[in-house]
Amino acid sequence: MTDTLPGAAIPNPLDEAAITAAVEEAVAAIAAASSLEELKAVRLAHTGEKSPLSLANREIGGLPKEQKAAAGKLMGSSRGRVNQALAARTAVLEAENDARILVEETVDVTAAPRRRRAGARHPLSTLQDRVADIFVGMGWEIAEGPEVESEWFNFDALNFKPDHPAREMQDTFFVEPPEAHLLMRTHTSPVQVRSMLEREVPIYVLCPGKVFRTDELDATHTPVFHQFEGLAIDKKLSMADLRGTLEHFARQMFGDEAQIRLRPNYFPFTEPSAELDIWHPGAKGGPRWIEWGGCGMVNPNVLRAAGIDPDEYSGFAFGMGIERTLMFRNEVGDMRDMIEGDVRFSEHFGMEI
Amino acid sequence: MRIPLSWLREFAQVPADATAEDVMAELVKVGFEEEAVHRPTDQLKGPIVVGQVLSLVKEPQSNGKTINWCQVRVVPEGQEQTLTGKGIDPSGVQGIICGAHNFVEGDKVVVTLPGAVLPGDFHISARKTYGHLSAGMIASVRELGIGEDHDGILVLSRIGLDPEVGTDAMALLGLYDEAAEINVTPDRGYAFSIRGVAREYAHATGTVFTDPASKVAAPASLQGGYGVKLNDDAPIYGKPGCDRFVARTVRGVDATRPTPPWMVSRLRLAGIRSISLPVDISNYVMLELGQPNHCYDLDKLSGDIVVRRAVAGEKITTLDGKVRALDVEDLLITDDSGAIGIAGVMGGANTEVSDSTTKILVEAAHFDEVSIARSRRRHKLPSEASKRFERGVDWQVANVAAQRVIDLLVELAGGTADEAGTDVGTAPDAVTIELPAGYAASRIGIDFTEEQITGSLKDLGAIVLKDEASDSYVVTAPSWRNDLETKEDLSEEIARLVGYDNIPATLPVAPPGRGLTRTQQQKRRVVQALADAGLTEVLSYPFVSKSANDTFGVAEEGAARTALKLANPISEEHGYLRTSVLPGLIEVARRNHSRGFRDLALFEAGSVFLPDGQLGTASIPPLGIKPSDEVLDGLYDGVPDQPLHIAAVLTGHDSPAAAGHTPRAWDWADALDVARLVGDVLGVELVVSQGSHQAFHPGRAARLALRAGDVVGYAGELHPKLLAAHDMPARSVALELNADALFDAAPDVIVAKHISGFPVATQDVALVVPQDVPADAVLAALREGAGELLEDVALFDVYAGKGIEGGKKSLAFGLRFRAADRTLTADEASAAREAAVAVAAERFGAVQR
Repeated sequence: MTDTLPGAAIPNPLDEAAITAAVEEAVAAIAAASSLEELKAVRLAHTGEKSPLSLANREIGGLPKEQKAAAGKLMGSSRGRVNQALAARTAVLEAENDARILVEETVDVTAAPRRRRAGARHPLSTLQDRVADIFVGMGWEIAEGPEVESEWFNFDALNFKPDHPAREMQDTFFVEPPEAHLLMRTHTSPVQVRSMLEREVPIYVLCPGKVFRTDELDATHTPVFHQFEGLAIDKKLSMADLRGTLEHFARQMFGDEAQIRLRPNYFPFTEPSAELDIWHPGAKGGPRWIEWGGCGMVNPNVLRAAGIDPDEYSGFAFGMGIERTLMFRNEVGDMRDMIEGDVRFSEHFGMEI
Repeated sequence: MRIPLSWLREFAQVPADATAEDVMAELVKVGFEEEAVHRPTDQLKGPIVVGQVLSLVKEPQSNGKTINWCQVRVVPEGQEQTLTGKGIDPSGVQGIICGAHNFVEGDKVVVTLPGAVLPGDFHISARKTYGHLSAGMIASVRELGIGEDHDGILVLSRIGLDPEVGTDAMALLGLYDEAAEINVTPDRGYAFSIRGVAREYAHATGTVFTDPASKVAAPASLQGGYGVKLNDDAPIYGKPGCDRFVARTVRGVDATRPTPPWMVSRLRLAGIRSISLPVDISNYVMLELGQPNHCYDLDKLSGDIVVRRAVAGEKITTLDGKVRALDVEDLLITDDSGAIGIAGVMGGANTEVSDSTTKILVEAAHFDEVSIARSRRRHKLPSEASKRFERGVDWQVANVAAQRVIDLLVELAGGTADEAGTDVGTAPDAVTIELPAGYAASRIGIDFTEEQITGSLKDLGAIVLKDEASDSYVVTAPSWRNDLETKEDLSEEIARLVGYDNIPATLPVAPPGRGLTRTQQQKRRVVQALADAGLTEVLSYPFVSKSANDTFGVAEEGAARTALKLANPISEEHGYLRTSVLPGLIEVARRNHSRGFRDLALFEAGSVFLPDGQLGTASIPPLGIKPSDEVLDGLYDGVPDQPLHIAAVLTGHDSPAAAGHTPRAWDWADALDVARLVGDVLGVELVVSQGSHQAFHPGRAARLALRAGDVVGYAGELHPKLLAAHDMPARSVALELNADALFDAAPDVIVAKHISGFPVATQDVALVVPQDVPADAVLAALREGAGELLEDVALFDVYAGKGIEGGKKSLAFGLRFRAADRTLTADEASAAREAAVAVAAERFGAVQR
C-alpha cells in the first residue's frame, strides 16, 4: 500500500468541493474498515503524511497571506471530521475486538479442577463445640480435666462406695500399678469435682471430654467415647431448675418442638436421680422417646467432698453422650464409623454438623 | 430381673389382659427400665394337647434305626374331635411316627397337632414318612423350647401329671404365661424379688398390693433348733458379717419328686433352670421374697454351724465342684468338718442335697453387703444369692422365707417340719430420718401437699410421724429399703411416687460468665485452621503398643519416654497409653489406604500421657468429706502430665488429580508448613533446626522449638523403614507439636508496628557457605547484621554444583529495606546489605558470589 491514492492530484486547500470529496472518501473508507488492521491502513491512507488531506494542508503554507485563514479553517474542520470518524470507528472496532477475545476465551466451567484439598472437622468435635457454645451463651463456663485420673475424683468424691456394685458397673480401665489408684476416667464427673474444689460458688460449668470404659468396639459400643456433663451449684436450685435447663438446651439443639422426659433412676452422685429421654419426631421407624442421658440433684456427699455446705447450697448435674447424640441426631447407624477415621465419614460432614 | 406375670398377679392387681409390655410401661414410671419380653407364645402355637399312646408298633428300618408307629388318642374316649383342619383325624386318634423310645403304650404325652408351630418356626403338618402318614409329633421338652433335655419325649407322669386326654398342654405347662424383664438399679436390692416389684407396680398404678410375706404364717420366735453360732472376730467397717441366721428342719422328704409344672414354668420365665425339687423350692422362695436361702442335707452336717471368717490356708469345694482357696476375709458357714459354704455366695459340695436326701436343714440368713461383695469379687462367683446380698436383703424377711421354704417342702416333697427352729442374731437399728416439712418441695420444685408426702412414704412401707415442734416428719424406713438414709433419699421417693412428670420447668440464670478461656479458644482456632487448610480431623484411640511408644514418644533426642500401662487393656498388644498421637494417626492412615484412599492429610488434637515423678497416691481419702489441702495436693500431683498434642500425617498428594490440574506430592517441607500454620494461628514463632528423631528420616527431620529454646515438636519425612514396615507410601511426612506449650507461649498482647509509607529498597545477595550451614542460621545472621532498616529477608534460591566449590552451596536472599521517616538512598541500602553480609561472613565464612 502506498501513502497516496494512485493517480490522485494534490487538492487545493481552497477547493472546498475537492476537499469535501476527499473527506467523504475518507469517511466512507473509515466506515468500511471491518477490523482494526484495516482501519490502520485507512488511517494512513487518509490522514498519513502523503494523504490528499495532509498534502493539501501542507499547501496552505504556500498560499497568499489573505487566503491562509480560509484555507486553514476549511482544512481544520475537514481533518477534524476525518479524525472524529476515525476515533468513533476505532472505539467500535476495539469494543468488537474485546468482545471477540472474551468469547474466544470461553472455558467449560463445569470442568474446573478442584485444586484445593477440602479439609474436615470430626463431627464429634464439631458437635462438642456446638454444645459448648449453647451453654456459653447461657453464661456457663467450660471446664476440662485429665483423662487419666485419681480414683478419688472418679469415684469416692462422687459418692461411689468402695464395695458398692455401682462402682464395678463402670467397667473401669485401671492404670498400673493398682496401688497408685489411677484410672482412665469413666465419666467427665471428676471434672465437676475439680470445678467445685477450684471455683467459688455459684458454679455453672459444662464439662465435655473423652471417657473410657472396657467395652469392646462394636456397632453400639466403644471403649473410648465423649460426654458432656453440666453442673450447677447455687442457692435454692431444685429439680425444676434442672428440667428447665435441660429443656432450654434441648430446644437450642433440636428446635422449639423438642420435648424431654425424666424417669427415676439411680446414680451414686445424684439424689434424686433421673434418666433423661428426648422426644425424637424424626426417628427412624417413627417418633419415639430416646434415652439421652442421666441427671439429678447433686448428692450432699458430693458437695461435702468439695467442701460445699449442702445446707446452704444445692445443685444439679446432667450428662449425655456425644456419640449417642450424633447417632440419633444425624442418623449415624454404626459407632465404628466415628472411630475408624475413614476420611469419607468426616469429609461428608465437612465443617458443619 | 424377670417377672412372670402370673406371679405378679398373685400380689398386685394386674389387669387380666395386660401384656408384659403393659407391665413394663407402668414400671418404667417408677424407675425400672425395660429390658426384654419373654413370651413362649411368640414362638409356640397350638394345637398342642395331651395325648395317650394307644398302641406302639416298633418298625425296624433298612438304615438300622427302629421307629415307632403310634396311635395316639388326643380326644377323650367317647367324645368327638372338635378341631378341624388338614391332618386332624375326626376320630380323635392320630397316627404318629416317633423316633424316641423312652415311652410305652398307655403313657400320656404332649402331642403337637398339624397346624401347630414350634420354636425355630417349625410348622407341624401331616406328612408321609416311613410308609405312613404321620399326623403330628410327640414332643420333647427341647422341641417345646422349655428345656435342654435330650432324653426323648416328655412323658407327663414323670413330672407328676395325669391330665385328661385332650387337655391344652400349653396351659398345663404354663406356656401362656409371659415375663417382663426390667433393669434394677444397684441401689434397690429389694426389687430383685416378686415382692419388691409387685409393690412398685402398685406404686406405679395406684392399685392394691398384697405383701407375700404377710401370707406366710411364720412363728414369732424359734427355739431348740439346730445349733448355730455367729462368731465374726473380724467385722468389716465394724459390721458383723452375719447378723441373723434362721435354720429350720424338715424330715422325711422325697427329694426325687418332680417339681410341679407351674413352678418349673415360673422359674424358667424368671431365667432359672429346674434342677431338683428342693433346689427349685429354694430358688422359688428367693425369687418371691428376695431372701437367698440354702438347703443342706442334714445327715451330712456334723456338729453346730458356726459362721466365721476363714483361717489362713483354708479351702472349700463349692457346689460347682471347684476347690477354692479362701481368704481370711471370706465369711464362711462351717461345721465340725470345716467350711460348708462361702456365706451368701455359694454352698459347699459336701453338704448339698441329693436324690437320697430325706432330712433338710434350711438356712435363711442375713449377711453384710460389703463382706459378700468382696468374697464374690475375690472368687469371681457372681450368683443369684450374692447379687441380692450385695445390694441388701430385708433383715426381717429371713424367718418368713425359711417358713415358706419348709411349707413348700412339706407340701411338695412330703415330710414334716420340726416345731423347733433356730433364729440367732441381732436386728440392726431401724433407720430414722428427719424430713423438714418443706424440704422435699424445695429440692424437687413441686409444692407437695402433706397428703402427698405422708401418703407416698407410707405407701413405701415407712412409718411417718409429724413432729409439729420442729415442723418436720420423722420417718422410719422400711426394713427392706436399706437405700433410704437421708432426707434427699426421701425426697426422691416422694417425687418418684407423685411422678417426675409433675416437675415444672424453671430456667436458672447463671452469673455473667467469661466465655471460653483463652486456651479453649486457641485450641478451637488451631483445629479449625488445620481443617480449613485441607486436613481431615480424626479421633484415634489412645491405646498403643510399647514399641509404638518407643518409636514415637521422644522425650529428648533419641530417648524414649516412659509410658503408662493399663492393668486391664482390651488387648495386650495395645496395652499402653500413648506418649505420641502419631501411632494412632498412622493406624488410621493405613486403614484409609486399605480402603483405597492414598492421598491423605490427617490430623488429630489429643492428650498424650507422660508419667513423670509421683505416680498416683498410695491411699485415697474417704468419701463425703473434703480432704485436707495436703491430701488434695497429693492427689493432684499424682495425676500424670497429659498435655494436648497436635499431630498430622500427610501421604501421597496434596490434592486430587483432575483435568487441568497436576497434584503435587507432599514432601518434608509441607510438614513444616503445617507446623508453621499452627504457630501462625497462635502467634508463636517456631524456631526450626535440624533434628534427630527415630521415627523420622535422619536427614529430613526438623526440631521445632520456641524462641526461648524449649523443644515443642518435630516435623519432616517419616523414616523410610518405618513407612515400609507400616505399608505406607514412600515419602509420607508427619509432624507433632505440644499444643499446650504453644498455647502458653502465645503472646498476650501484640504491640502495633509503625507502617512506613516510604518506598522500599530491595537488594539481593548470594552467599556461598559450607553445605552443613543451615539456611535459617545464615538468614538470622543477615537479619542481625542488617539492623533496623531491614524490613524483611527471604531465601529465594539454593544452589550447589557448577561454579560452586565442592562442599559448599550458594544461598540467595532477597532483602527489603525501608526507613520509617525518609526515602532511603541506594547508598544507605547498600551499606545495610554489606553490614548484613559482614555478620554472615564472620559467623559462617560466607562469601558473596
